[in-house]
Amino acid sequence: MKLYDYVLSGNCYKIRLLLGFLDLDYEKRPVDFFPGREHKSDAFLKINPLGQIPVLEDGEIRIRDAQAILIYLASRYDKSGQWFPGQSPSQIAEVAQWLAFSDMITGTASAARLHDMLGYNLDIDAARAGAHRLLRVMEDHLAHQEFDGHDWLAGRRPTIADISCFPYVALAEDGGIDLFCYPAILRWIRRFTALDGFHSMPGINVSP
Amino acid sequence: MTPDPFTLSHWYAIGRIEDFPNGYKGEHRILSTDIAVSHHGELNVTGPEGSMGVQTRYGHVWTTLSRDPRPLYNMPEFEEEGRRLVTAGAIAVRCSGLRAVENFLDMAHFPFVHTGILGVEEHAEVEKYDVSMEAAGDEIWATKCRFFQPMAAAAAEGGQVIEYRYRVAHPYSTILYKTCPIRDGHWDLIGLFIQPTEEDECIVHSFVLVFDEHNTDTDLLHFQQNIFLQDRMVLENQVPNKLPIDPRWEMPTRADASSIAYRRWLKSHGVTWSTTRFEKVA
Repeated sequence: MKLYDYVLSGNCYKIRLLLGFLDLDYEKRPVDFFPGREHKSDAFLKINPLGQIPVLEDGEIRIRDAQAILIYLASRYDKSGQWFPGQSPSQIAEVAQWLAFSDMITGTASAARLHDMLGYNLDIDAARAGAHRLLRVMEDHLAHQEFDGHDWLAGRRPTIADISCFPYVALAEDGGIDLFCYPAILRWIRRFTALDGFHSMPGINVSP
Repeated sequence: MTPDPFTLSHWYAIGRIEDFPNGYKGEHRILSTDIAVSHHGELNVTGPEGSMGVQTRYGHVWTTLSRDPRPLYNMPEFEEEGRRLVTAGAIAVRCSGLRAVENFLDMAHFPFVHTGILGVEEHAEVEKYDVSMEAAGDEIWATKCRFFQPMAAAAAEGGQVIEYRYRVAHPYSTILYKTCPIRDGHWDLIGLFIQPTEEDECIVHSFVLVFDEHNTDTDLLHFQQNIFLQDRMVLENQVPNKLPIDPRWEMPTRADASSIAYRRWLKSHGVTWSTTRFEKVA
């Protein structure tokens, strides 16, 4: 299995996380996302015409989009069915809903991070305000889950919904988005970093 | 605050050479001053008082607000055959650029910030090392620094005790010379060229200049960026985020010898910009 990977990308980190939780061997093919913009090169556009990472190759199969890769890996390699539970239609929908939500986090919190860290030219106030709107929704949801005795976004156990939302929420402070007013999110981050098989990436504060 | 004369007298990197292709036009900032950069056949940098000095060296474009700048320091290693230069791009950090230099000089943080790469918690002790001021070159050298590292470089296999030397020849730049894991008697270079934008904000341009036959440039880039982003998180949370240069501020230990020398060196040159004085906070 080969992952087109960038060390500072939260979307690539989602895949590295799940591969770690599932204890799967894979080969990393590092992409010079910054400063080289290799993901926009002609050679890379043949691999993903959208010019985005990550991309996963598994035998003859090539998949783009972090969320699609998570679905693929969990469906194919997670015998326990924990990471992408497929029994209940409502739970499938719930996971799908958070996968889509995570893409909105990418569009806001990750954009703010690219602005603050790598100098991307974009409307930083709009990016941060958008991130806070999403974080409030997530905070309320996690607080309700806790009332119901559930620690995770979609049920009693962590799923790919949690993996897909984790990186750019946990990296939000890189983009000047303070998480101190989201206590349920902070508790969820702590639970996530304590999972067996978790590994960190730069910018994520793993408090003991 | 207006930058002090020593800070103003230097050349500053503002980006990699390839970031300013022919036809380029853009706004940049150094020392709380807006500058405009354009490239039409030749590179031009303009500040509030008109045209500014510009030069390309060490893979980067440099400029200065001074009419009579100090010469940019010499790194003869850039002329050596067989070395590879990888530039890691411009990474912004919300802290004083002086803080970023000081953090780079500090080996004590390796086991805790770069765990499993540049240090392990079981080998956290910093052995005694030498710090000297080279009066002729007005430089600081820290030598005979030895540290156990599980993965000292992208080309390293397994843990080893690595010997380091640090050089500071510019208030906003520092170079690390590190035993080359694959070529005896040679040093690999890793360095920071810092572009101070505000007193408490900077852009860090970093490079590696190494002998390495089996990693790709992108492998080296990922290794370097991974390390630096681990530092960035620490730098953004330091208090105060400007560099304290009053000895009453902090209680240094022997492991901080290079940091003490750096702070004294800045003080002896009258550096005030991007620093914190005890009186102002007390």
